[in-house]
Amino acid sequence: MAQTQVPVAPHGGSPAPHPPQAWKWYDYFTFNIDHKVIGIQYLVFSFFAYLVGGLMAVALRTELLTPDPDFIDPTLYNAFLTNHGTIMIFFWVVPAAIGGFGNYLVPLMIGARDMAFPRLNALAFWLNPPAAALLVASFFYGGAQSGWTAYPPLSLITAKTAQSMWVLAIVLVGTSSILGALNFIVTLLKMRVPSQRWDQLPLFCWAMFATSALALVSTPVLAVGLGLLLFDLNFGTSFFKPDAGGNVIIYQHLFWFYSHPAVYLMILPIFGIMSEVIPVHARKPIFGYKAIAYSSLAICLVGLFVWVHHMFTSGTPPWMRMFFTVSTLIVAVPTGVKIFGWVATLWGGKIRYTSAMLFAVGLLAMFVLGGISGVTLGTAPVDIHVHDTYYVVAHFHYVLFGGSVFGLFAGIYHWFPKITGRMVNEPLGKLHFVMTFIGANLTFLPMHELGLQGMPRRVALYDPQFVDLNRLCTYGAYLLALSTVPFMINMVWSWIAGPKASGNPWNALTLEWTTASPPLIENWEVLPVVTHGPYDYGMLDYTNGRPYTEPAEQEA
Amino acid sequence: MQGATEPTEMLLAPLEAESATDGHGEAAHEDLRVLGLLVFLVSESLMFGGLFATYLILRSEAGRWPPEGTEVELLLPTINTLILVSSSWVINKGNQAIKRDDLGGFRLWFGLTALMGAIFLAGQVYEYRTLGYGLTTNIFANCFYLMTGFHGLHVFIGLLLILGVLWRSGRPGHYGAAHHTGPEMAEIYWHFVDVIWVVLFSLIYLLSLLNGAS
Amino acid sequence: MQQVPVSLLTLVAGVLVTLVSLWVGQATPLFPEQASEQAPLVDNFFRLMLTIGTALFIMVEGAIVIFMVKFRQKPGDETDGEPLEGNLSLEAFWTLVPAIIVIILGVYSVQVYTEMGGFAPGGLPEMAHHHTHPAPTVEMVAHQEGAGMSAMPPQAKYGIGANPSERGPADLTVSVSGMQYAWIFNYPDGIISGELHVPVGKRVQLNISALDVIHSFWVPQFRLKQDAIPGQPTELFFVATRVGDYPVVCAELCGAYHGGMRTRAVVHTEEDFERWVSENRIAQAPPDSEGLAIHLH
Repeated sequence: MAQTQVPVAPHGGSPAPHPPQAWKWYDYFTFNIDHKVIGIQYLVFSFFAYLVGGLMAVALRTELLTPDPDFIDPTLYNAFLTNHGTIMIFFWVVPAAIGGFGNYLVPLMIGARDMAFPRLNALAFWLNPPAAALLVASFFYGGAQSGWTAYPPLSLITAKTAQSMWVLAIVLVGTSSILGALNFIVTLLKMRVPSQRWDQLPLFCWAMFATSALALVSTPVLAVGLGLLLFDLNFGTSFFKPDAGGNVIIYQHLFWFYSHPAVYLMILPIFGIMSEVIPVHARKPIFGYKAIAYSSLAICLVGLFVWVHHMFTSGTPPWMRMFFTVSTLIVAVPTGVKIFGWVATLWGGKIRYTSAMLFAVGLLAMFVLGGISGVTLGTAPVDIHVHDTYYVVAHFHYVLFGGSVFGLFAGIYHWFPKITGRMVNEPLGKLHFVMTFIGANLTFLPMHELGLQGMPRRVALYDPQFVDLNRLCTYGAYLLALSTVPFMINMVWSWIAGPKASGNPWNALTLEWTTASPPLIENWEVLPVVTHGPYDYGMLDYTNGRPYTEPAEQEA
Repeated sequence: MQGATEPTEMLLAPLEAESATDGHGEAAHEDLRVLGLLVFLVSESLMFGGLFATYLILRSEAGRWPPEGTEVELLLPTINTLILVSSSWVINKGNQAIKRDDLGGFRLWFGLTALMGAIFLAGQVYEYRTLGYGLTTNIFANCFYLMTGFHGLHVFIGLLLILGVLWRSGRPGHYGAAHHTGPEMAEIYWHFVDVIWVVLFSLIYLLSLLNGAS
Repeated sequence: MQQVPVSLLTLVAGVLVTLVSLWVGQATPLFPEQASEQAPLVDNFFRLMLTIGTALFIMVEGAIVIFMVKFRQKPGDETDGEPLEGNLSLEAFWTLVPAIIVIILGVYSVQVYTEMGGFAPGGLPEMAHHHTHPAPTVEMVAHQEGAGMSAMPPQAKYGIGANPSERGPADLTVSVSGMQYAWIFNYPDGIISGELHVPVGKRVQLNISALDVIHSFWVPQFRLKQDAIPGQPTELFFVATRVGDYPVVCAELCGAYHGGMRTRAVVHTEEDFERWVSENRIAQAPPDSEGLAIHLH
């Protein structure tokens, strides 16, 4: 038995407010305080946002098939590029990774019955739908058109109503993010099952701790920047109006003080997912547990002091350009530690070619390139040339699509059996992977060259010399759009009619696999006792091919 | 900024959902709310930090700060500061009382704190009405009204928390030597609002005094 | 077949990786042509990083592919892999080596940046804090296009400039102002143009400002970019090294027709430049409207 189940305390009389064994479908549309329901709400909600943001990207890429602005109106183009970025960041990666996987997995991984503040948790989720509604409504006023960065003065003079709605939407999801972060920190500090030592904490939880700390510290600063922008837009103040004593650079500092760490908010939980998926499917202990755990904290800490590298060509004095060059380069070290650790985990494994594993390894392959281009971007001399070009677009899509989105898919394939109680269709999953991998590289690899050669980003019309590479990017984007089709079919079909999953179909060792699939409403009949580390593959005493008994197999 | 009202209310709400679960932790839940509040206040202080940083940068770039004709008043805010700072001591007396199971003393001290908070807010409103410049007058006025207003909002929320705690103390046996998380949280929040005010007062009023002298 | 072939293989692989990395780093035509003194500095630095990056890329991707193939699950094998939990010296190796590399790159980037003239405009930290011209902003915005542009506050805080003591004063100073969606160039002698014309091999100083929103002045062939910021004068200093006709691109989102905000930077021989100046001085024409290139559909 993997996690020996010893009664810790008798199961107290069933608490009154709880309905019996499982949630009904409509419970998922209510203010439910079960962390698993909230996690699923986040995941499904954010996936729909991903589709919307993806359709916007398809429109953008279609416009860029030709050098002329001939497909959509340039103002709509700018509205799409603004909302594509906004949605992918604030309504897809962040809610899916932190809200979705974080909420679903953290209590299960630490042997808790729920988060520390379940109602706060539900409240945090329910701030998201109105925020999304605000963004949708903003399109009736032209849509925000000043980029997801919303730099004033442009944001102060373009589509003001839509911009105000955009600001409110971001403040809502920011508040949601702060509340979620607070909840994770308290949960991880105080709610672990007593038998779990810190060095038995799954790496996903370490990553969530670092993520939450970062969100907690950086998000309020964004709220200040956006709040001041809102006052400038609507209440006649002039914080960012240079002709009345304001200063547009302050906004950039406030914005990037959050938005660079936001990059780590979007990748740290994904790193956590990687550290869970790779050992399970490679059948190996994670290589360098402590290094990977502490490197999350190091990234979190250093990540707070690199934001000015987004402003090298802006109003930034030389000493700052140099200071932030060096600090930015330093972030590469803990990130490298993780990458090398995962690659070393593969060595000597017995690698299962599951869809989850393919996406995880695909992430590794893509992220290496994103990391290297990130180092080149982080140095001021090169950044002065390539800042705000397609080189930057290529870089952050390798990191955010090749990194975060691949990681989210890896996580979905890995935990789908736990969440739904059914197995995914592996051939469809592999088709999805192949299409995504080829599509992503086809879309984003040529962008490096475009940027170096001189194509700026955020343009609806461009120099005809760039047309060939742009065509390639657009075809890649179409392939990416198509790749979601097998995924959606797989998800819906498997959820309805996939083969039943046992409690622990991957023979994994972390605590979430010690309960039934899907887990009971309060996660366990009797709380598990941790008797070994989360990645002790090959170290436990068993002889035949199915080493781990599954106490919950008969249920569900 | 939306974050300010809801979470504190939520944190005060009892968490019945877990209080009935078995295993570990329900004894710790009382503590968790305090911890949650502290973590939240870290986040809040960064919000004020962002505002203060903005203020200082704008100030360093301006030629004269506050600009000609936009003078800050000093007497009333200083009195207000004294009231708010001493209310921190008063609310602490209230908490000591409830820890001794002295419900009457608790109500007295908390009521006094609420009164002092209300006087502070009234003083601030009076100041706004007599200053002679409004939110949009100039960049200093922008900062002044936004910072003091945002802080005032926090005082108002703190006041609501204190009143909420007072109202709940009417239920028999709700607070006592063993159960005083609510009052404790109100106190922590009140101290936070106080500390922020001291910084804000230094930045806006005292620094302006310095500037005016030079 | 154990000992010799493996080390031989490693050696061959190492040599191959090195050669390929050097080739990728040095020979690939990723950049447009170099037309300023700063361009080779940027390119060489990038090529150095590209060489190191390629080596790293090949090694990591190679390891992933080899491991994925070599350690795939054999049919019927349901056991676990070898329980290796880490290796301190290996971990120290891959922490320290990248750390050393990035520190070297960091120091080197400071060097490159200094050679590019990056430390000139604001100077050292102390100087950066001493700026006391009261609100240049109001003054600046009051200047609309045309007159007055050359009367811009002389001290830009931000940008890439030249250290006057090292390079001497500029031979030509041009005021550049960005507006939706055009660049206006003000030359000495009152010449106003929508295009940038400079002589080759001369020290050119651009004083950059913005009239409405943030723009970014970029000439890819110069490898130089500096935002034009409302209310904050910035500057660029360069020596063009090659005669030619290059694009000036706005690199900061500035509105619906941001992509159309382009003009030319023409680098002349000295005689051609003189001719261009005298022609335009005689004409005394109002802004060269062809360069404004405002796109309407």
